[in-house]
Amino acid sequence: MKNIILRTATAYLIPLLLLFSVFLLLRGHYHPGGGFVGGLVASIAFVLHGFAFKMQNTLRLMKFHPSKFIPVGLSVSIISSILPMFFKKPVMTGLWLNKPLPILGNVGTSLFFDIGVYLVVIGVTLNILFTISDSGQQ
Amino acid sequence: MILTIFSGLILALFCVPFGRQINKKLSNFLFLIPLSGFIYFLLQLPLILAGQTKTVRYEWVPTFGINLDFYLDGLSLLFSLLITGIGTLIFLYAAAYLKGKQYLSRFYGYLGLFMTAMLGLVSSNNIILLFVFWELTSISSFFLIGFDNENEEAQKSALTALTITGGGGLLLLGGVILMSNIAETYSIKAMVFSAEELKNHSWYGFILLSIFAGAFTKSAQFPFHFWLPNAMKAPTPVSAYLHSATMVKAGIYLLARFTPILGNTSLWNYSLMFVGGITMLYAAFHSLFRVDMKGILAYSTISALGILVFLLGIGTKDAYIAASVFILVHALYKATLFLVTGTVDYATGTRDIRALAGLRKVLLPVAIAGIIAALSSAGVPLFYGFIGKDLIYEATTHSFSLDSTFLTVAAILTNIFIGYSGLLVGIKPFTGKLSEEHSTVRLPGWKLWLPPFILAFCCIIFGCFPGRTSGLMSYVASAIAGKHFNLDLKLWHGVNTVFLLSMITLTGTAFIYFSRRVTNRELIILSTFNKLAPAYLVKKVTDGLLAFAKKFTNTMHNGYLRNYTMTIVLFMVGILSFKLLNGTPLTIDWYHLSPVSFYEVTVAILMLGAIFLSAITKSRLTALVALSVVGYAICILYVMYGAPDLAMTQFAIDTLTVVLFVLVLFKLPPFLNFTNTKIKLRDGLISSAFGGIIGWIALTVLNESVNKEVSPYYAENVYKLAKGKNVVNVILVDFRGFDTMFEIIVLAMASIGVYSLLKVKVKKSERE
Repeated sequence: MKNIILRTATAYLIPLLLLFSVFLLLRGHYHPGGGFVGGLVASIAFVLHGFAFKMQNTLRLMKFHPSKFIPVGLSVSIISSILPMFFKKPVMTGLWLNKPLPILGNVGTSLFFDIGVYLVVIGVTLNILFTISDSGQQ
Repeated sequence: MILTIFSGLILALFCVPFGRQINKKLSNFLFLIPLSGFIYFLLQLPLILAGQTKTVRYEWVPTFGINLDFYLDGLSLLFSLLITGIGTLIFLYAAAYLKGKQYLSRFYGYLGLFMTAMLGLVSSNNIILLFVFWELTSISSFFLIGFDNENEEAQKSALTALTITGGGGLLLLGGVILMSNIAETYSIKAMVFSAEELKNHSWYGFILLSIFAGAFTKSAQFPFHFWLPNAMKAPTPVSAYLHSATMVKAGIYLLARFTPILGNTSLWNYSLMFVGGITMLYAAFHSLFRVDMKGILAYSTISALGILVFLLGIGTKDAYIAASVFILVHALYKATLFLVTGTVDYATGTRDIRALAGLRKVLLPVAIAGIIAALSSAGVPLFYGFIGKDLIYEATTHSFSLDSTFLTVAAILTNIFIGYSGLLVGIKPFTGKLSEEHSTVRLPGWKLWLPPFILAFCCIIFGCFPGRTSGLMSYVASAIAGKHFNLDLKLWHGVNTVFLLSMITLTGTAFIYFSRRVTNRELIILSTFNKLAPAYLVKKVTDGLLAFAKKFTNTMHNGYLRNYTMTIVLFMVGILSFKLLNGTPLTIDWYHLSPVSFYEVTVAILMLGAIFLSAITKSRLTALVALSVVGYAICILYVMYGAPDLAMTQFAIDTLTVVLFVLVLFKLPPFLNFTNTKIKLRDGLISSAFGGIIGWIALTVLNESVNKEVSPYYAENVYKLAKGKNVVNVILVDFRGFDTMFEIIVLAMASIGVYSLLKVKVKKSERE
């Protein structure tokens, strides 16, 4: 698919979509959004790139295979949920910084949990899509 | 005490990094571990003899009431001493017997694991803990039977043993849970106080059935006995340890332990007497036709286990005493005979009783041990077996429950056969003329004859001074009966009925021993009855089960996605309509439905049009686009009803689904019309039924009053507890965070599954 319009649009859309996905992720605790949707939107960004420039180039752009997101995301989530144990609190208790950070607002373990979800979703979606498209082309 | 119990487990863990050292030299010193346990338990003896008990408690899963709760009384102590004492000798013996074998370290690992399991089993006070150890004995026994892992027979036997004992264990779990639910405690000690309640409960019969299933499978009672002769594929030290002295007695232990809780009802007594009686006679009779020394011992072990169950079933004070003593009697002489068999096998390379004779000239210490054990098993005076036999007759002649003559005759017959098999294994190989081929046999190292010698020595010591054991035995019997009584074991009771019965038994044993020789014709005739044996029937059943499973899998997993979907949908329609037709009111509250707005009508029309298009189109791409229109229309509905989170997610998912479809679209064959009208009609019916049911449920749900507490709770606490304002997200990452966690794990697994299905290249050698 050599579509000049799609390619040009994609080049502009990808940063926007990625930014939007992070925006969704971070606002999730207070407004509609969250790790799951954010992850899906980020995957869509990469899939769009794949359509415009072929999946191989997307993989090259990403520097490493998307399946690597999965263990990283899972570890972030699991660590954030067992972290309270080290503060003598039950697992999955929310721990929060005392002062809100600029731009991000309140930062707590649940944010990191959501970041883990975000990464896992990107990893899972892209892994499945790339694998299927790969075997489709063979 | 916890350390002692878990020392075997520690040994097992230790075997992983130090396997090589164990294979070489270290195995010679491993017997120190059970030995230290034995010494520890011996040191507890004065405590028990003083009428006290010992408890150790450590919190494990306090929320569920499952704790490491150990309790030592007479019964536990007797078993612990047997486990560690015989264990010490077995550890020593195996070091020589299995010397140079590959995987020797694994063998010790399994043996250690088994020791821990067994010690834990007999000292657990928590019933769930008891079950955990119970299963652990089955598992370690599986590994030990299958230790010769390249022998197909051994594999099969290990699997049979695991299937039978594991199946029994499963039922036992059911019984254990029922018991603890009714008694409202997991503590076995505390359950005694609920004994009346348990016995009068309407589920009592079922509890008994489950407990019996566990005990009978483990202790090889008829008709589950056949796994035990098969288990003799294990190395001989294992047979001596697990399948005669300790593990198979776990079932006996369980019955003895639960006697004060569930026992002394006619159901309990008669079932035990019946099953035990059949087992002891059946197995004793069977042992007449064996020529393999281990085979003979296996059947006489089953028979002895039958006696124990039978005695517990009689349920009088005499019977409990007889059972307690017989546990020790049997463990001592049977372990000796097994070890003797092992040494003979090791030295001559055969276990066929017909080929062995006159070995006393070359294997003198082994011969002495074998002869002593044989005399003890036959119940000759001055040997401990004599005391055991006396007490059994004491129990049967003084029982009131059934015709005591009948019980006594059964016991005499069994004892004659057991004595015969003992003599056959313990004396026959050593008497007579030494054959040519065995004349060069050398006595193996001390590790292979000292352990049976020590055990045989105990048979005499306890036999000459039975009073020394009466203290412990009285506490064992008291633990079984649940009330205390004193006991004085004596060597000589004077000439009375019991003594006469003993003499009859001895005469019978001697008569059979000197007159009987197994002939080949008998073996051939006997093999024709194999078709009636439980082992054969069970094999038939398992074969049938496997064939059924294959057929079932082939039908259900036929590889067509459309068939899977159809099955799932039909099943769901089935159970949902069953539930809806049974008791759910069918009224639909039309009055309270909100008026339909213009936008909703538009979206609905859009959806219906898209569905119609997707059903009739002849192009895949059109169908796909039409389906995605349905998806996006649902997004609009979500937006209208104030669920932006859902709408966003649905939107993203739909987009990605379309992309996924497009990716595979080009690989699919052309869209041909394979379906005929009949199939179309069927599919249409199924899908309308499914849609109808879901719609119906959606409308009925409106009738139910919503649980009003849930939403306000979240609304109130979302900011207070979780510092968030978006309820949906906070539920996902905080209140129900565990669900989300497992969901992402499932996602990760699905993705790995897709990847491995499509990407991993199968090696040529693995491809069929």
